Amino acid sequence: MSTTARPVTKRVLLMGTCLCDAFYDDVAKATVQVLEHLGVKVDFPENQTCCGQPAFNSGDWNTSRKVARHCASVFSGDQSVVVPSGSCAAMNFHGNLLQFEEQPDASIDSLAKRTWEVLDFIVNGLGITTWPGGFKEPTKIAFHRSCHSRGTGTGEAAMALLSSIKNAEVLAFGQAEQCCGFGGTFSVTFPHISGRMGSLKLDHVLEHKPDVLTSGDMSCLMHLDGLARVQGRAVPYKHVIQLLRDSLSL
Amino acid sequence: MVNVQPIDLYARQISDEKQASVIDGSSAGTEKRYAVLGKDYKDPDSLRKLAGSIKDHTLHHLDHYLEKAETALKKNGAHVHFADTDDDARNTILEILRSHGVTRLTKSKSMAAEEIHLNPFLIENGIECLESDLGEFIIQLDNDEPSHIVKPIIHLNRRDIAKTFLREGVSETYNDDPRTITTQARVHLRKKYFEAEAGITGANFVSAESGRLVLVTNEGNARFGMAPTPVHIALVGIEKIVPTDRDLGVFLNLLGRSATGQQLTVYTQFINGPKSANQPDGPEHMHVVFMNNGRTDVLESNCREILRCIRCGACQNVCPVYRQASGHAYRSNYAGPVGAVLSPLLFGDRFPELADLPKASSLCGACNEVCPVDIPIPDLLLRLRDKAKREKVHSPGAIPMTPFGTLATSPSLWRTAMTMSKAMNHLPIEVAPVKPLQDWLGQRTLPDWHGGDFRKWLKGRKNVNGKS
Repeated sequence: MSTTARPVTKRVLLMGTCLCDAFYDDVAKATVQVLEHLGVKVDFPENQTCCGQPAFNSGDWNTSRKVARHCASVFSGDQSVVVPSGSCAAMNFHGNLLQFEEQPDASIDSLAKRTWEVLDFIVNGLGITTWPGGFKEPTKIAFHRSCHSRGTGTGEAAMALLSSIKNAEVLAFGQAEQCCGFGGTFSVTFPHISGRMGSLKLDHVLEHKPDVLTSGDMSCLMHLDGLARVQGRAVPYKHVIQLLRDSLSL
Repeated sequence: MVNVQPIDLYARQISDEKQASVIDGSSAGTEKRYAVLGKDYKDPDSLRKLAGSIKDHTLHHLDHYLEKAETALKKNGAHVHFADTDDDARNTILEILRSHGVTRLTKSKSMAAEEIHLNPFLIENGIECLESDLGEFIIQLDNDEPSHIVKPIIHLNRRDIAKTFLREGVSETYNDDPRTITTQARVHLRKKYFEAEAGITGANFVSAESGRLVLVTNEGNARFGMAPTPVHIALVGIEKIVPTDRDLGVFLNLLGRSATGQQLTVYTQFINGPKSANQPDGPEHMHVVFMNNGRTDVLESNCREILRCIRCGACQNVCPVYRQASGHAYRSNYAGPVGAVLSPLLFGDRFPELADLPKASSLCGACNEVCPVDIPIPDLLLRLRDKAKREKVHSPGAIPMTPFGTLATSPSLWRTAMTMSKAMNHLPIEVAPVKPLQDWLGQRTLPDWHGGDFRKWLKGRKNVNGKS
C-alpha cells in the first residue's frame, strides 16, 4: 500500500475496532488523546461496529461483504479513517478489495484509499518521526510486529516512535517475523497449533525480560496475554499508542 | 474428535522428536535464506517481484511458449509427449520404457513424479525403479511419503535413518554418523546407476527459446544417473516453462537462495537434447513428457498465481503451522502453504476432502513475504475458503457467521450487546456449553469485558467540553 496516495486530513474518522469497543476502551481513548495532542480533530461515527474480518477469514464472504458495506457507509466521506489496528486497517485496504473484486463497489474503494493504521498515520501521514515523550524509569519494551502490518509502514513507524522515547529500550528478540498464533477464528478452529505458536512467541519475547509487551494490534496481545496468564508468565501489555500517550503524561 | 480440523488433530499426535526435526530443519532454512539474500542483494524484494512477473507473463501466454518449447526440443533431437491426466502421464512413461525394453531405472527427485505416484505404478508394472536422491531413497526404503518439497525427510533425524539402513541391509551395523550414512548410501546407489537402463528426472525449468532443460540438485544424482543410461525421460509440469535462457539467470539466483540458502546449488545441469555424436556418454534418447494434470483448470481459476511456484519450499520453512503440524498433516506431496492452495485445486475432484487445507493458516503472510515468485498465498487461501463456503463443504469446528453479520450491521443492537455482555465478567464462561469457546479457554483466558466504556467516555467528555 503506497503511503503517499492516501489523504491526510486534520479532522479524521476514528474506527475504534470491535476489540476496543468490547475489551480495550483505553486503547481507543489513547488514540483520541494522542491524535488530539497532535492537533488532529477526531470524529467517532456512532454507528460503527466491526470491519467484518471474522466472517471474511472464515470464508463467509456473503456475510463479510454485508458488514463491509455497512462499515463503508458509516465511514463515507473524504476524511482519513484512522484505526488503532494493523489488522482492521488491512481489512479495509486489502481484504475488502479481494472480496469485492468480482463486484466492484465505489464506497469500498473509497474506504480503502482513506484508511490509515494510526502509527503509520502519525509517522507517514503527519510526518512525525520522533516522539518527544519519556518514561520516569528505564523501560524495556518488546515490540511484536503484527502480521497484518507486513508490507505497510506500521512496523517501521512504531520502531521509530518507540525507540525515540526517553528511557525506552526496544528489545530485539528471536524469530520476530513469526506470528503470535491468533488469526481470529483460526485460534478457535486450530486451538492446539495456535496455542503452540503463541507459546513459542512468548518464549522468544520473554527471554529478554521486557517490562512491557507492545504491538499495533490488540488481538495479538490479547492472545499472548491469554496464554501467558494461564501459563503463569504474564507480562504487562499495552498498545503502542498507549505507550506514546503514557510517555507524554497526557 | 469429529469436530476438530484434521491438521490440528494431526499436530496433537506427532511425537516430540518428529516435531523437533521439522522445527529445526525449517527454521534453519528460513534463517539461511534470509542471510544469503540480504548479503547478496540490496533489494531482494524487487528480484522476487521480477521473477513473479516473468512467470505471470509466461502463464498468460502458456500455449504460445509450450509450442515454442516443443519446437525447440524437437530441433534439439528430443521426443516431446503431452499428457493431459495423471493416467496419461504414467502410461506414456510406461510405453516409452517398454519401447526401449527398460526393466530397471534410476530416478532423481521430482515433485511431478510424486504427484502422480509414478514409482509404485512402475514397480507394479514390473519395472525396478530406484530413487537416487538420498532423501527420496530413504523415503522409498521406509515406504514413507516425502514431507517437504526440497527436504523430503525433514521429519526424520539421523538415528531414524541409521535404523532404516540397518533394517534394509544398506549398512551392516548401526551407525548414525551423517558422513557414514552418506557413504553407505553412495556405495549402495553407485552399483544401481550402472545397472540402470533409463533415468527419469523432473525439470526445474525449460527454456522455450532454446529447449534447454534445467535440473538443479545438490547431490549430482540426476547427472550421475544419466551418464551410463541410454534413455532419459523428463516428466515436466506445463508450468515449468520460462520464455528465454536469459530468464534462467533470475530464477537460478532465487531458487538456491530460497530453497536451501545456497547462492547456487552444487549441480546445475543444462540439457540440450540427447547425446550428440561427439559426446563420450549420456543418453542417446531423450523424451520430455509435458504434464497437465489439472494445471489448465488452475489456470482458469481465481488462484492461477499458484502456478508460478518454482518448488523451493521457502513457504514451508517459514510457515508456523507447517512447523507445528509437519508436512504429512497436509495429506498430499505438496505440503505447507503452497500445498494448502495447490492440492485442493490440482486434485479437483477431491476438493471437498481437501478443503480444510486452506483453513490451516492464521493468514500471517510470512509465506508471501519469502516467496521467490511473490505468490499472494494468503489471498489464495482466502479465495479457497470462499469457494468451500459457496460449495457448502462442511468445515469442522467452524463458527457460524450469520449472527455476527446481523449484529455487525445493526448499530443499535451492536451497542446494546456491547453493554449487556458486561454480565460476562460475572459469569463462569469457562463452563459455558459452547465447545469451541471451551477449547479456546482451555489454554487461554479472556480479558475483562469493557463493552461500551469507550463510547461512554467519549460522550461524557463531549458533555463536559460542550463540544460536538
